[in-house]
Amino acid sequence: MANVTIDGIKISVPDGSTILQAAKEVGINIPTLCYHPDQAVKANCRVCVCEVEGNRLLQAACSQPVFEGMVIKTRTPKVIEARKTILELILSHHPQDCLNCIRNENCELQSLAAEYVIRDNPFETKVRGFAKDFSTPALFRDQDKCILCRRCIEACSVIQTVDALGIEGRGSHAMAVPTLGKDLIDSPCIMCGQCIHACPVGAIGEVEYIDQLLAAIADPDTVVVTQIAPAVRLALGEEIGMNTGDLPMEVFVAGLKQIGFDHVLHTNFTADLTILEEGNELLSRVKNGGTLPMFTSCSPGWINFCETFYPDLLDNLSTCKSPQQMFGALVKTYWADKMNIPAKKIFSVSIMPCVAKKFEAARPEMNSSGFQDVDIVLTTREVGRLFRMSGIDFKKIAPAPFSPWMGEYTGAAVIFGATGGVMEAALRTVYEVVMEETLGDVNFTVARGFEGIKEAEVDLNGLVVKVAIAHGLSHARILMDQVRAGVSPYHFIEIMACPGGCVGGGGQPITKANAKRVERIEAIYIEDAEMDVRKSHLNKEVNKLYEDFLHEPLGHKSHELLHTHYHDKHKKFL
Amino acid sequence: MDYQEILANYADMPGGMIEAFHAIQEKLNYLPEEAIVEAAKVFGKPVSQAYGVATFYSMFSVEPRNKNVIRICESAPCHVAGAAEVVAALEKELGISMGSSTADGLFTLEFTECVGQCQSTPVITINGKPFLDVTPAKISGIIAECK
Amino acid sequence: MAEEMRIVLRNYGKIDPLKIDDYIAVGGYNSLNKARSMSNPDLINEVKASNLRGRGGAGFNCGMKWNFAYQAQADQKYVICNADEGEPGTYKDRLIMENDPHTLLEGMAICAYAIGATQGFIYCRGEYPSVAKTLKQAIAQAKEKGVLGDFTIEVRLGAGAYVCGEETALIESIEGKRGEPRIKPPFPPVIGLWGKPTIVNNVETFANIPVIVEKGSAWYAAIGTPSYPGTKVVTLTGDVANKTFFEVPTSTTIREVIFQFGGGIANGKGFKAVQIGGTSGAFIPAANLDTPIGFDAMTAIGAALGSGAVFVLDESRDLVDVTARIAKFFAHESCGKCAPCREGTMRVHDLMDKINAGKGVSADIALLNKLGRVMSYSCLCGLGQAAPSPVLSTIEHFSADYNAKLM
Repeated sequence: MANVTIDGIKISVPDGSTILQAAKEVGINIPTLCYHPDQAVKANCRVCVCEVEGNRLLQAACSQPVFEGMVIKTRTPKVIEARKTILELILSHHPQDCLNCIRNENCELQSLAAEYVIRDNPFETKVRGFAKDFSTPALFRDQDKCILCRRCIEACSVIQTVDALGIEGRGSHAMAVPTLGKDLIDSPCIMCGQCIHACPVGAIGEVEYIDQLLAAIADPDTVVVTQIAPAVRLALGEEIGMNTGDLPMEVFVAGLKQIGFDHVLHTNFTADLTILEEGNELLSRVKNGGTLPMFTSCSPGWINFCETFYPDLLDNLSTCKSPQQMFGALVKTYWADKMNIPAKKIFSVSIMPCVAKKFEAARPEMNSSGFQDVDIVLTTREVGRLFRMSGIDFKKIAPAPFSPWMGEYTGAAVIFGATGGVMEAALRTVYEVVMEETLGDVNFTVARGFEGIKEAEVDLNGLVVKVAIAHGLSHARILMDQVRAGVSPYHFIEIMACPGGCVGGGGQPITKANAKRVERIEAIYIEDAEMDVRKSHLNKEVNKLYEDFLHEPLGHKSHELLHTHYHDKHKKFL
Repeated sequence: MDYQEILANYADMPGGMIEAFHAIQEKLNYLPEEAIVEAAKVFGKPVSQAYGVATFYSMFSVEPRNKNVIRICESAPCHVAGAAEVVAALEKELGISMGSSTADGLFTLEFTECVGQCQSTPVITINGKPFLDVTPAKISGIIAECK
Repeated sequence: MAEEMRIVLRNYGKIDPLKIDDYIAVGGYNSLNKARSMSNPDLINEVKASNLRGRGGAGFNCGMKWNFAYQAQADQKYVICNADEGEPGTYKDRLIMENDPHTLLEGMAICAYAIGATQGFIYCRGEYPSVAKTLKQAIAQAKEKGVLGDFTIEVRLGAGAYVCGEETALIESIEGKRGEPRIKPPFPPVIGLWGKPTIVNNVETFANIPVIVEKGSAWYAAIGTPSYPGTKVVTLTGDVANKTFFEVPTSTTIREVIFQFGGGIANGKGFKAVQIGGTSGAFIPAANLDTPIGFDAMTAIGAALGSGAVFVLDESRDLVDVTARIAKFFAHESCGKCAPCREGTMRVHDLMDKINAGKGVSADIALLNKLGRVMSYSCLCGLGQAAPSPVLSTIEHFSADYNAKLM
């Protein structure tokens, strides 16, 4: 332990603690910008500098370890002047664009400028003048706003091991750019959007489709239908001043109807459907010597990753579409029919915690309904904007129900939003189907938790099914490399591109730390536990769908609408 | 020797990417994109990192350059000794401005910072070879030698 | 009359640098053998007692640094010679390497023995391709002769980045990456090249080692100023009559360097200022000419010995113009990693250009002072910390030049 003094307060902290950590212990919040609790210390913004007695140089609190007897001062005039000057320097090389910026009111640089009362910036505003990169349908880059904190690069290289971003050039010409300085679409970017969460400012964001939505709503001839993903509701409340998990589902639906959606349905419906299709696909591969291990296919960032880095293993992917796309195919066929609405009038929206879903929806092959199955995808953040724009009082609005035929769901579908959720949902069904007995305890807790890789074994009458679960692509690589080397011991692997699973998706409210992802995961399992029906095969609307339309899992109709194929996206320079 | 063969020679050198880039530039006078991609593969680094290295160092260029890369030192000691006049003379002799290349493929003009020959300012280098105590009068002779 | 004293340049012009036998004939590699007969602590204490301080510019006690690396436990340790010599006005290391490469190899080998390293690197700036060639030849000869024992040395080239003179940026460069300084602590003697204990010393520092081992620490410590003993190779440039080099005891004064050794101002003009230590050095006015060049004496007048470059300016020089040129250098050489340097060097450059073009106002001077001050204690590494020095010192001592150009 080391005894130090911070702003006159004496404290004892473990050896090797940084000034930042020690200050937190005594309730002193030193401002930071490039620091990120889930990433390596960078110490490049120098905003967190403090005075240390005996040293003329200021020390960065995030990186400087304390020593016995260190006397630290975090708020002297010298420190305040230094922080202000550094902020002025960064701000003056940044577009003065707050009013139009996607991160207006949720920007770390903006917050610091306000905190440090930056009124007159003595440095002339200089903007680099790059064109914005809207080359992908999912995310955009506004290079001029980059403050070179490098948090995006760490998210992309270390956490996701995609390496689509790097630094080009030197000095004030240094820039964070996609590979070889190309546009995002020509880089290995898999569009998971973790860089969006990492970015403290508006240099990266989601491509918004709010205008298209409002145009569809305004068109009296168009029937605007939306699905909602399992990880959205519990996080959406964060966008409108509520705690995680506190926005009731029926209030959410009511809000959407107020904005102008004609029908609100749920992706959870097709999540339950996915379990039936995918569970049967797994059993079929096991029985008939199909390609194993089988990988889940509902995470489009993961699909992009597999297509880009492991195109040799595309046969291992389940041929099931994601719940979003299964839904899209059905809403313009089965549902349109049931509701007596002409398919061509349907504007199919999906509300997702994800930005890669915007790319997935736009895949040319996603048109088995005869139309583009999903027309636009809105992120949780975009719906947050719509709700804030709407002026609705969410405490007073009367709840509203889902529309029929595709709005029912079970607890198994709800847990899709958490890492391990798809696996647990699948096991709940596969167990009962194979063992032909009812599960006493549906909680497969072995599948839950934030460890990067989890594994489990389920004994199904002598057939020992080995499963693995990975979230965050650095962990996925470990499992994938095993498969490539032919030494994978698993039958079934669930992979989610985003740490935490969809609760931490690229489209969620800006997520500053893994602790928030963990909090959202907890909310998901609470929601699941509170449901009456928690097994996908007991979803009555899903059973009706098979009865009236699909007839059987993996049948002809299923293959036509609910299954897909993949592409080798091994870019020429990989 | 093409860049692939050059890279293969450096594959076993830990951290050898910079040495490899020098060797490639010796042959090609710049670092083509394909060479950067290949270097990443050979050294087991992501392409984005290799590109970051290629664009960090002043001696590396990712744009093609002509056969004779002329660099004029513009650091303070050369500056006070008359580097500006040498620059003007070079621009006049070659008919191009600093940072450009001649159409005949022979010369590229670049600035450089101090090359460590401050006893003989002003200094220029051509393909790394220093020319000392350069004056505007000496320029035509130096250029003629290169042609 | 102050006199030259050639320690690091003892063999300059006296031996053929490309003939190892010449070096051996004048006693070369005897010190290495002697060092190998000493215990590591004894050898390190000798170097420590000599009070040899780094000759690259940082001035850290050499033996103390070696001791940290010696104490560190690791399966591999490294000795790196910093031959990046990017400091404008400096060419001393080139002189040593071109004319007596083996003194460097021997110094490195002694260090390697002292700390327990078997691998060494010489990071030679990319702008010295012929020097790299000479070094490689010398290493091959030493290997053939067997003088280095199990110590192998590899030459690695820089590629045009002044910041790679900073030891951790240099290490990053040898690792094949962008030359961006690392966060310190940890320091290289504990965690350095590829995470192993590493000593990074300047060429001139290593070149002193064989002589110190031969003649003893007491002999060395008695030369020059006590707090920074020994000699320094000074390289003269600018408006000085003799644009050349000298090796002088550190007690020599600036006046002696310029007017005695340097032959005074060229073309009979008057003295205006001298910038010592390289392009991040302070500009020193005539009032301080009698300061000895030793490290601590220089610090006392707000200047630094640094690399030993001596850049003289005569009375006709516009210091705003010279300083503006230097500001461009730093904007160009900043690595870009930390905000105050990346943005600050750009702004200093812009402000100096503005003032130099006659478009500046007094508020610009005040801003330069504030910005320079903040950079000097907020930047991640020495480049950003020292970059404002020329601006701050010329504003302080030569305000007339600035005032003449203000609107």
